[in-house]
Amino acid sequence: MSGVTSSALSSATAPLSRPGRRNNRVLPGFNLTLGYALLYLCLIVLIPLSALVFKTFTLTWDQFWVAVTAPRVMASYRLTFGASLIAALVNLVFGLLLAWVLVRYKFPGKKIIDALVDLPFALPTAVAGISLTALLAGNGWVGQYLEPHGIKLAFTPAGVVVALIFVGLPFVVRTVQPVLEDTEKELEEAATSLGATRLQTFTRVIFPSILPALLTGFAMAFARAIGEYGSVIFIAGNMPMISEITPLIIIGKLEQYDYAGATAVALVMLVISFLLLLVINGLQGWQRRRSES
Amino acid sequence: MSAPQKVIRRANAGTTEAPWVRWTLIGIALLFMFLFLILPLAAVATEALRKGFGAYLEALKEPDAWSAIRLTLITAAIAVPLNLVFGVAAAWAIAKFEFRGKAVLTTLVDLPFAVSPVVAGLIYVLVFGAQGWFGPWLAAHDIKIIFAVPGIVLATVFVTFPFIARELIPLMQAQGTDEEQAAIVLGATGWQTFWRVTLPNIKWGLLYGVILCNARAMGEFGAVSVVSGHIRGQTNTMPLHVEVLYNEYQSVAAFAVASLLAILAVVTLVIKSVIEWRHEREMKAIAELPPERPATV
Repeated sequence: MSGVTSSALSSATAPLSRPGRRNNRVLPGFNLTLGYALLYLCLIVLIPLSALVFKTFTLTWDQFWVAVTAPRVMASYRLTFGASLIAALVNLVFGLLLAWVLVRYKFPGKKIIDALVDLPFALPTAVAGISLTALLAGNGWVGQYLEPHGIKLAFTPAGVVVALIFVGLPFVVRTVQPVLEDTEKELEEAATSLGATRLQTFTRVIFPSILPALLTGFAMAFARAIGEYGSVIFIAGNMPMISEITPLIIIGKLEQYDYAGATAVALVMLVISFLLLLVINGLQGWQRRRSES
Repeated sequence: MSAPQKVIRRANAGTTEAPWVRWTLIGIALLFMFLFLILPLAAVATEALRKGFGAYLEALKEPDAWSAIRLTLITAAIAVPLNLVFGVAAAWAIAKFEFRGKAVLTTLVDLPFAVSPVVAGLIYVLVFGAQGWFGPWLAAHDIKIIFAVPGIVLATVFVTFPFIARELIPLMQAQGTDEEQAAIVLGATGWQTFWRVTLPNIKWGLLYGVILCNARAMGEFGAVSVVSGHIRGQTNTMPLHVEVLYNEYQSVAAFAVASLLAILAVVTLVIKSVIEWRHEREMKAIAELPPERPATV
């Protein structure tokens, strides 16, 4: 019902805001700022990225195919995508939990915890990598309790997952948190008064409203994990076929002066990043429409 | 006024959970935070101080450590202002005007976030490296970009490219153009309007973007690692120096340099939180103003 009133409201105010838009060339600086932004974008981002495409064209299709489907490269895709998927799923669950706890409950130290969520954005990945390795190694604070039980995390693919959970942690929390803050308690009260249990209210009322944000955060964490390099290489052990991530394959090829091979694998990663960016944009559009209606 | 509200909220079991559910969820969330965020920070501090404070200071006094610190500061001092100017220009064009292709431009601004840092480094090698587009020309003119400081700066500019723009675009879009238009109509020049009207409105968002951009610029590893060449004392930034020391099993020294970066991260978070709290308070103050006097804000 509120959807009807708000859309009626927005259509009523729309004609009011339109004349303002048409007049906006009153403001100066459009050509200067847009021109500068485009020039800078081309110089820093677009032209260098196009070099990747052009360099790949120096390979024949067969050479390209061999470079991007070599067994060692395929093993690295499996690890990179598998570990990123698991890490993003863990972040989906715990990110939702953290966002929920931070928005809905009161407890001591909440503000500090809230600020700490962004630590993975602020802490350099190399620092995260060596400290997670120190924690999980056989003599580390955490590793010494896990290894007697046969759980080895450092220098294994499982360690890659741990590092990727760390780097992706803030995304789901920070996308879900504002949406959860805006949800209307009236809807929940209505659900309860109609006889829904708390769990039913969550799954049928709250969850659908935060789903777009949740998926956006998940996709962002996944995209970030796929490209991650710094935190992973310290903890992974980097054994070919077992614990070697795709970005490391690129570095390895570069160190052997195999520029074309490195570029081919990089192009595969770039295309996947593009696709994920489009997915994230689509999800954000969905979320915006959801919050407007 | 708040007392009756509290009573109502407490009585309202429909919008919250039983205490045991609440405390279990809080407990799991805190345990997760402790394991993944607090323990790694604590590990950096203890590993750095493992052999005492003297050894810690000695590790930081190394000439190579100093040159890494200097290079990191220089890189951030170039990359952040460049992206600041771009961010303000892009946000002004995107937020204050309507034009075709705006959505595409907004997406392209975010593009560097989607690109793996290693790929970001690689593209500059392809443009400026020995076998790259400008490689022969640069070699003929004795200009070094790859495996030298300019390459490190370029790679850093790339990975920190969107930070300030993406902070400012939604903020300036939400603020609209009314205040700027009023200033222009009253006879202010474009620059005066920007400095006196727009800048005060966006100052917190701008600062927010700058500190996040700075943290990433100082901490970037992957992209810089590809273009640096790892020449000790010359092209090693702090994160790269951490890697070198760590691989040489100089654990205390590696964690000592890492601890500086961890301190930077914590300071960044503190400034960020202060900005957020200030912003919240300003928003509340605006909301509490009597409705007949909104123009004085």
